[in-house]
Amino acid sequence: MSDGSSVRPLWPPLVAGLVLGLVLILTFVLVGNGVGASGTFASIAAWLGMQIAPAATQSNGYLGGMVAHGANPFASWIVVEVVGVAIGALLAAASAGRFKLKVDTGAGKIGVAPRLALALLGGVLAGFGSRLAAGCTSGVGLSGTAMLGIGGFIFLVVFFLVGLGMSALLRRVW
Amino acid sequence: MDYGVAGTALASGILFGYVLEQAGFGSPCKLTAQFRLTDWSVFKVMFTAIIVASLGILLLQTGNYFGSKGFFVPTTFLWATVSGAALIGAGFAIGGYCPGTSVVGFMSGRIDGLVFMVGMVLGIFGFASVYDSALIQSILHSAQFTAKTLPQYLGVSPWLIWAVMVLVAIGGFALGRVLERRTHGVITAEDIVDETDPTISFDGEGSAVHGNLGSRAA
Repeated sequence: MSDGSSVRPLWPPLVAGLVLGLVLILTFVLVGNGVGASGTFASIAAWLGMQIAPAATQSNGYLGGMVAHGANPFASWIVVEVVGVAIGALLAAASAGRFKLKVDTGAGKIGVAPRLALALLGGVLAGFGSRLAAGCTSGVGLSGTAMLGIGGFIFLVVFFLVGLGMSALLRRVW
Repeated sequence: MDYGVAGTALASGILFGYVLEQAGFGSPCKLTAQFRLTDWSVFKVMFTAIIVASLGILLLQTGNYFGSKGFFVPTTFLWATVSGAALIGAGFAIGGYCPGTSVVGFMSGRIDGLVFMVGMVLGIFGFASVYDSALIQSILHSAQFTAKTLPQYLGVSPWLIWAVMVLVAIGGFALGRVLERRTHGVITAEDIVDETDPTISFDGEGSAVHGNLGSRAA
């Protein structure tokens, strides 16, 4: 696979965007809401909390609601949807010869350990932020803006501006 | 949740994940190249999808497809959205993913995608531990917008907003084209599999030679 001959090209952005837009319309028509992602990780946190410290999880102001009265935090639309995202991504990567087990260090400017540390830190910030915004790039940025929701526009502007600034600060890192 | 709802959730997710991977959005290098302004695929894909989807939704609303109950648009609290988007933007530049694309990254074989997902769960535990604090509660519940959508807020036709989004997209496509050419072009499928980024020049090692090859400085 490393010679690249079996790797199929990516879809042009215009094609990917068009298909993604049609998928969004289909989802709105079938279920009345758009796609999302970050809610699934809140469900995972609630489930994990119940395994480690059930009393503290049940009494927690945020996680408690997801496990009240013995509720299964995984029995939600968004969890099943993200399982679908995982299956779809695997199908695409495998069929296009783009599946490769690795730690992605970009152009190799960064080592494996610091790359994983940054991935963890980025995840912590995104996880915390997704609970403040009640969604992420998919749920608020993409689906929210498709409905012309105010939150979607605010999200995209702030997301891009902070991303640009933080990326400039990290230019020498990776 | 019945089987029908689970079925639509699974089908919608499979299509969503499939398209994201085909766009190259499993690669943290390609994703963050948007913020380095060397590959505009994130902007192009997102804006095209938003324009197509909002057109479809506006047409369905015009035809009264959703009926009198309409559909659910979440209420916006200004500082909750601003602070959340800022943290997700920072997390994207630092970690290389957003929540959805980390799943795509992991499923195309990237361990760093899995680590990002673990980080998100830790971040949510952090949020839960400070959820009842006065600061978080005031961020979550103050500065509420009474309007749900931007056209409602501005008192204009949704079609005007849609037309402006098309203009912004055209401007972004044109600007992206110029800036992508100024570097070395977009990151390809081979680049994301073999981990080469033609757009990154290592500081101190010089850059591509432009102009007259015969005249060397110094």
